[in-house]
Amino acid sequence: MLVPLPYYLGLSGVLFAIGVAGVLLRRNPLVIFMSIELMLNAANLAFVGFARSFNALDGQVIVFFVMTVAAAEVVVGLAIIVANFRARATVDVDEIRGLRG
Amino acid sequence: MALIFFGAVALVSIATAVGVIAARNSVHSALLLVVNLFTLALLYLTMEAEFIAAVQVLIYAGGIMVLFLFVITLLDPARESGLALGRPGPREVVGLGLAGLLGAVLLVGAFAGRALATARPDPVPAAIAQVAGNTQQIGLFLYSRYLFPFEVTSILLLVAMVGAVVLARRRPEPTRPAARPALTTPSNGRAAELPESDVVAAERR
Repeated sequence: MLVPLPYYLGLSGVLFAIGVAGVLLRRNPLVIFMSIELMLNAANLAFVGFARSFNALDGQVIVFFVMTVAAAEVVVGLAIIVANFRARATVDVDEIRGLRG
Repeated sequence: MALIFFGAVALVSIATAVGVIAARNSVHSALLLVVNLFTLALLYLTMEAEFIAAVQVLIYAGGIMVLFLFVITLLDPARESGLALGRPGPREVVGLGLAGLLGAVLLVGAFAGRALATARPDPVPAAIAQVAGNTQQIGLFLYSRYLFPFEVTSILLLVAMVGAVVLARRRPEPTRPAARPALTTPSNGRAAELPESDVVAAERR
């Protein structure tokens, strides 16, 4: 017996909400970044669930692209964090004021 | 039976996700996220997405999270990660409230919604689906229908690589005039010292 689609979508939604909570509540930029990755993975889960449920592979191909884009985003984002916090020596997003007008 | 397995894996997934956002030590967060990614790979396997499960373990858990751990150990020597949940102020209440609301809406919507698809994309033709595994089917899709996004993604990766190298490079020190003896005149021993820029001073500190 297969697990019906709503269970996968519900789990995806809960994981996404947990990721949102992480982004809103934490101050360490690396943990915020990990919460963003959690959200991306929740979306991937929904995509694969739909691909399975509709018997179409497009969802899985889209997940492939999402993973690739997530990898590129992590690379650039971590480079930004390293460049920013190397000069400043704090790991607290509340103290970044470089772009403040 | 499948539902019990799904329930167990989902429980571990949610528990590790909460651990990611709640752990005080950022290395713990990263390791719990690795476990979470593994549980998602298990779920992909139950949905017969073997290629995606393998890519998840290889790329996400094996590449991206390793990169995270490198940066955490580079930047966060005390591993102390500024837990904002320590003092329950208005920010925490609003944040948790919003996230809880979002989770509730998604959970209810997942079970209350019906399948909306009226115009489906073409599934894999049955003749191919019987002989080709999941990886080959995805390959067929990638190089026919999704060829353009595939090429664009490869350019995106190149751009990201170049950008990361440029961003994380250490600025070279501006060479002092005293280090270039050919420019000094015989009358004064060395040329005037340029004032040191504050960015360089900050980086050296």
